[in-house]
Amino acid sequence: MEQRKEGTSIINVRDLNLFYGEKQALFGVDLAILEKEVTALIGPSGCGKSTFLRTLNRMNDLIDGVKITGDIIIDHEDIYKTNDVIKLRTKVGMVFQKPNLFPMSIYDNVAYGPRMQGIKNKKELNKIVEESLRSAAIWDEVQDRLKTSALGLSGGQQQRVCIARAIAMKPDIILMDEPTSALDPISTLKIEELITNMKKDYTIVIVTHNMQQAARVSDKTAFFLNGEVIEYDDTDNIFSTPQDQRTEDYVTGRFG
Amino acid sequence: MRHFKDSLLRALLWLSAFLSVAILVMIVGFIFYKGIGLISFDFIFGDYSPSGDGGIWPMIITTIYTVVISLVIATPIGILAAVYLQEYAKQGRLVRLIRFATESLTGIPSIIYGLFGAVFFVTTLKLGMSILAASLTLTIIVLPVIIRTTEEALKTVPRSYREGSLALGTTKLQTLYKVILPSSMPGILSGIILSVGRIVGESAAIFLTAGTVAAMPESILSSARTLTVHSYLVTQESGDIELAAAVGIVLIVIILAINLSATYISKKFNKATNK
Repeated sequence: MEQRKEGTSIINVRDLNLFYGEKQALFGVDLAILEKEVTALIGPSGCGKSTFLRTLNRMNDLIDGVKITGDIIIDHEDIYKTNDVIKLRTKVGMVFQKPNLFPMSIYDNVAYGPRMQGIKNKKELNKIVEESLRSAAIWDEVQDRLKTSALGLSGGQQQRVCIARAIAMKPDIILMDEPTSALDPISTLKIEELITNMKKDYTIVIVTHNMQQAARVSDKTAFFLNGEVIEYDDTDNIFSTPQDQRTEDYVTGRFG
Repeated sequence: MRHFKDSLLRALLWLSAFLSVAILVMIVGFIFYKGIGLISFDFIFGDYSPSGDGGIWPMIITTIYTVVISLVIATPIGILAAVYLQEYAKQGRLVRLIRFATESLTGIPSIIYGLFGAVFFVTTLKLGMSILAASLTLTIIVLPVIIRTTEEALKTVPRSYREGSLALGTTKLQTLYKVILPSSMPGILSGIILSVGRIVGESAAIFLTAGTVAAMPESILSSARTLTVHSYLVTQESGDIELAAAVGIVLIVIILAINLSATYISKKFNKATNK
């Protein structure tokens, strides 16, 4: 495993082990994720990449019997040593596999997070909603129907509103858990374009099943296998000159 | 042969459906046939007189009292209990035990609740035979219904809503209040409606706790008579089937009205949240 030290790392993971009850799912993961880059996590199903992603905003806390050892430092703070999960999750946003908008209007969905943080001023909320929807490249499509139900949108549109909803919190980091796995190719392409544009403002960590997607959108790629990071390097290197035989086998499609 | 079996099954299904509807129509038809002659403005809105030609307004008011008081107590307790069991409690033996207990409670004959109410609320708590004692007894009867239906409603809220909300840095309480409860509102409402039906239809437990005084209740501590109890007593005392049937018509109309308005409300709710 090789780590290149350039740029500033915003997430530092050291010797992370994760257990579901007795079963260990992550083994000594070390990873430094760089600011304002797109980092892709690839690997076969069940390799621990989604589990790893969910440790970064402590979503695994929701599952009974999960135990974690090791350090995850985000912005100089060990996120498992502070108790302020709320603050962590406002800083580290998440987009899920399937669009999971609430059964409310588009506007209320995007304003949901800021409102829960106590922002009540109408003008301010309007501004946040518009900016977020613009950043998620969906404003033009929905500006006339902000007050209608978000569930009336197509899957691809819903997923971009989900991204807008995450952006509305003004996070530093956005985690994406196979965000295009439920979408058609055209919607997928739009989301990929969006990710590429978003990295000037955000650090993005994306789990993907699709190796072409990792190659298209990411700067760095980490290859997971059986709960371990096998190789972590510039995406170009991972796909052209992988150091580990297993990485090569996976990216050339010999298994997975 | 296969064709024959198919036709046979079809006929059976049709027959069962027909029978269940036919029985319902027959009962309602019988009650209307017997009682419709007595229905008049004075019968519904007039005060009761022991001579038998008075109205049933005091019973209607008593029935409304019991429904409102029981629901005002049972709804918040039931919803909070269901939220605790479903969202907060660690799923283990204790929760399974509580679930088993609530399920068993729904199966107990209401006369038993009535006896308990008569001993505990009427005598021990010194509430006397009163609307309040009856309402508290009814609260215990409908509580398991509300808890069960609310739990079922909470279960249908997708996990992804909870995750989506929590991932936006909200607290568990905010998520519950803003996302989970609104999404499960139609289910919770239907539990409340079931409870109303249960309360309006109850007689044994009320008979033993509110008594049978056929007069306009002065307060919730008065002894009084609900529509079902009235219907029972009229049949029992005078054998006046027509009068009992007329009371039955009023009961049927009340329950129908409640069900229709509840369907309407939950449709409205669905529109507001889903469409």
